[in-house]
Amino acid sequence: MREQLRPVDRWVVVYTQLALTLVVLAGWEAGGQAGWIDKVYFSKPSDIALQIADWWRHGYIIGDVVTTMSETIAGLIAGAFAGIVLGIVLASNRFLGAVFEPLLVLLNSIPRVTLVPLFILWFGFKFESKMASSVALVLFVVFFATYAGIKDVDPTLVANARVMGAKRLDVIRHVLVPSALTWIFSSLRSAVGFALIGAVVAEYFGANAGVGYRIVYSESNYNTAGVFAGLVILMVLVTLVDTFIRWVQRRLILWKTAAL
Amino acid sequence: MLGVDFDVDAERFVALVGPSGCGKSTTLSLVSGLDRASSGVVTVRGKPVDGITGEIGFLFQRDALMPWKTVRDNVLLPLQLRGVPRKDALRRAAEWIARVGLRGFEASFPHQLSGGMRKRVSLAQTLVYDPEILLMDEPFSALDVQTRNLMEGELLDLWQGSRKTVMFVTHDLEEAIALSDEVIVMTAGPGRVKVRYDVPLPRPRDIEKIRFEPQFTELYSKMWNDLRDEVLESYARATTAG
Repeated sequence: MREQLRPVDRWVVVYTQLALTLVVLAGWEAGGQAGWIDKVYFSKPSDIALQIADWWRHGYIIGDVVTTMSETIAGLIAGAFAGIVLGIVLASNRFLGAVFEPLLVLLNSIPRVTLVPLFILWFGFKFESKMASSVALVLFVVFFATYAGIKDVDPTLVANARVMGAKRLDVIRHVLVPSALTWIFSSLRSAVGFALIGAVVAEYFGANAGVGYRIVYSESNYNTAGVFAGLVILMVLVTLVDTFIRWVQRRLILWKTAAL
Repeated sequence: MLGVDFDVDAERFVALVGPSGCGKSTTLSLVSGLDRASSGVVTVRGKPVDGITGEIGFLFQRDALMPWKTVRDNVLLPLQLRGVPRKDALRRAAEWIARVGLRGFEASFPHQLSGGMRKRVSLAQTLVYDPEILLMDEPFSALDVQTRNLMEGELLDLWQGSRKTVMFVTHDLEEAIALSDEVIVMTAGPGRVKVRYDVPLPRPRDIEKIRFEPQFTELYSKMWNDLRDEVLESYARATTAG
């Protein structure tokens, strides 16, 4: 029974993960080489790597990443800002909360992909339609987290601040927002993924640059390796951004560092 | 709901005891202005309470420090809210942190401190803005017995220096007698004042020793007689209701 209580060795986990990845890639590659796996539909890792190298040589990757990331970051910032402000206002004003919270739940039930044609009608095939698609996803994720985070605040803290002389805005600044910050940050981490989804999906509908555009373009040319290469690039992007957000989070929420 | 009717003289240390659910805490909320009475009037220094005035300090039963603020920032908070100039505020906060014995812990976060230390920070946070009236809602009930006795002693020392009006809610009769000038016993259920006792024990008091004085034990048994009926009654109600 004692063995079960021993903590898992981190390095053993890492090596197992690496080994597993290598086995899958090697199997895929070997299967592709031997013809057990249809290269037309599934490509193979070496072709995907060559495709990425080829794009890199042509300078596509930098251009696509910059395009997609600027749409993503713009959508993330605008959506998160709107979500946080909306969350604070609706959670700290009971009347507005009662009126608007159910409406936001209703809007949130619309599959966001279906809104992209609308954004394209409004903003054209330009940057703004991609950004809008990102905002439409991010706003709700961040809003609901902020709203829940503020509703979850310990009432004793609010009472204490009020007794000490805190006015409404003081309570928001010194109690509600810091208390909701852990919730907001964990939502921002998933929001990054959503922002990217928003941008890439909007690129699928029509664009002339971006990782999403590169994927659709490859698909229309029956270039399976290209589709996979695009996915690999997306994966790397999300991982990098997520690492960055976690880094910021650790620095901003010092008082909970131990728990994170 | 509540049929409480009593006055508290200024500069007195008054304890409210009674079975749980008798409205001790509600009384404090009403006096503080945090809650409003559905009927009846609460007056503080002759004026009806209408919201929070800023002349009241409240020590809560639960941890009420901002977990994201350091000890210094927590003690600074009420001064900041009052617009006290930064330099002045820093000096006063440092002074109070030292007075509750936490010099050296200014940069610590609440979760890094023990329960007793957190209470001291709360005490400093409340006293730093020099409120006229102190309301305490079972402030030490979550502490272990030794820490609790220490804190009671420190509270008395601090109070001795300033002589603020104190209303101290507790269900611990010993604590009530040891600390106060007057003990108000409340009835079960619809809370009413059952009886008031003066505590003529001399000050300054030694919390550790006072419990063994004959006068203390005599007062204790007298008050316990009154309180016991109420506790039994509230207990009977709770069990039949449950």
